[in-house]
Amino acid sequence: MDALLEAKDLTKVFGHRNNEVRAVDNVTFTLPKKTITAVVGESGSGKSTLARLVLGLLPITSGSITFDGKDVTRLGAHDRAVYWRDVQAVFQDPFAAFNQFFTVERLLNRSLKLVPDKAEGSARREEALGHVGFKVEDVIKKHPHELSGGQRQRIMIARALMMRPKLLVADEATSMLDASLRVNVLNVLTDLRDKLDTTVMIITHDIGQACYLADQMLVMEHGVMVEQGPTKEVVFNPQHRYTKQLLADVPKLHGDLGEVPVA
Amino acid sequence: MAERLLEAIGLNAAYAGYDGREVQAVDNCSVYIDEGEILGVAGESGCGKSTLGAVLSLTTRPPLYVKSGTLRIDGKEQELGHGVKIPREWRGEVVSLLPQGALNSLSYTAKISSLVVDVMRAHDPSIKKDEALDRARDRMKAVGLPPRALDSYPHQLSGGMKQRVITIISTLLNPRLLIADEPTSALDVSSQRALVEMLREMLNQRIMAGVIFITHDLPLLKSISDRIAVMYAGQIVEVGAAETIAERPWHPYSAALLNAVLAPEPETLTKKVFAIQGSPPSLVAPPPGCRFHPRCGLEMDICSEKEPSPRGDHMRYSKCWWTQQNPTTPINLDDVLGFKAKIDDVRDESLVAAIDHVAGPVVTAEAPTKEVS
Repeated sequence: MDALLEAKDLTKVFGHRNNEVRAVDNVTFTLPKKTITAVVGESGSGKSTLARLVLGLLPITSGSITFDGKDVTRLGAHDRAVYWRDVQAVFQDPFAAFNQFFTVERLLNRSLKLVPDKAEGSARREEALGHVGFKVEDVIKKHPHELSGGQRQRIMIARALMMRPKLLVADEATSMLDASLRVNVLNVLTDLRDKLDTTVMIITHDIGQACYLADQMLVMEHGVMVEQGPTKEVVFNPQHRYTKQLLADVPKLHGDLGEVPVA
Repeated sequence: MAERLLEAIGLNAAYAGYDGREVQAVDNCSVYIDEGEILGVAGESGCGKSTLGAVLSLTTRPPLYVKSGTLRIDGKEQELGHGVKIPREWRGEVVSLLPQGALNSLSYTAKISSLVVDVMRAHDPSIKKDEALDRARDRMKAVGLPPRALDSYPHQLSGGMKQRVITIISTLLNPRLLIADEPTSALDVSSQRALVEMLREMLNQRIMAGVIFITHDLPLLKSISDRIAVMYAGQIVEVGAAETIAERPWHPYSAALLNAVLAPEPETLTKKVFAIQGSPPSLVAPPPGCRFHPRCGLEMDICSEKEPSPRGDHMRYSKCWWTQQNPTTPINLDDVLGFKAKIDDVRDESLVAAIDHVAGPVVTAEAPTKEVS
């Protein structure tokens, strides 16, 4: 399979000397085209930092990222804007990502500045809202407080989709939503892969979710990628101690909690 | 047969709106708990589960008002309602609240120990500082936490540790009933498990006699609780043993909620999950009859006319006309999610999206029955 994004020996260090924190430590992975990859791990395992490195929101300490055959490790302002047409993000908090005084229309139009042609832009806006199950006239004049959490998160996905990204990074995009709303958003993500050939990278602490959605799973512990592989193998035949522990701790609907493996 | 610990009968609580309207967030709910039991309360955001927690823990404050209800714990009885003054010892000693977002409720500039002393002194002004701290230290040792956490500032503790410390503090006065409102939602799975195991341990040691655990996380609830109550739109629609609810729910809403759960189990890899159509009703003007009927594929004529009476006894019941008429038939989820339903009933657009989905792959959503080997 073709790789859309390749990260090699990616490292991010915060602080200096004694306070040094290796948030991402020598991580190597590839995101194959048209697949969903899930990054899982507990709080503080560096999975969100990894997402920010991929998005180009944080400078990389060492290592390299190749996107679509081009080296994107260090980008100037112009190149980064170009990169962001291909790579878009949806973040955790659908309540914080909105300016409360803006209508959905104004919010979406701000992102459309990246699209040079205006007519093209509004066509894309309509299409993107359609993908997440909205009709344009229903939501466009609304303010954020008139939308439910699930609806807001779908607007955020629509905003990212307008750019027709090749890669969509969803950082805990569903953790603030109820279980039943969550599946709506997750189904939108699988549709993106199946219908629009988008590559998706989701960051989550919810292994069940990753299991439902992802083709490939990356497991992180303290900045180190301890295990990666196809979802089926990682979840049902975990090799690393940490993955086993993580899986044992997830509350199951059927059967009891798993045994914690002896370290 | 275990002793009955709590009987809360006919609880009604409402938020007073700015224009005189009332939002009845808890509508005629009755809760029963036996000694040594953990009751889980599940439901979507805004279904009133936190409000129920506030009512039971006697921590309602405006704009939330308790309209009526009776609380009976260990034979002691307390009427709730307008203008009723609740004796101080009920709070903290009889019922205690472990609040949502407790992580952020600690003062940044005070050590944990000073909070411990404050809490103890609020109930017994004569207690010495050392006595209070000794009690907390013993408690922490008993459940296997390092007592040195008491000498820390909040920022020195991890999220999971903070939450466990707060749990210790909220049970210092040996409450009979602990109400835990989403204590684990900000924690990752490993800390979640540690907290849940600690609560069990405290219950075994008789530090408290019963727990009401409120969360929207069903698998977690199933793993911690003995019985589960499912709330919808301010009412309890089903109560039953955790195992039975997870395997064979009696209410279509519980069934749909359970279906939306994604756990790392083999069937998750292949199944396609759909959300319940529409959104929960506004509590200002809830729909007549069964409140779930506008979103329910099993809707019959009677559902919109009459509120269903409970089937079963008060430890295990469901309120649904359909299951009353078909007591032995398992609920078929395809029917509940009823894609044949009328579109104009629904304010949310998610139904339109759901219908799009149905045009695609065939749904294989049966009630969750499979056991993991």
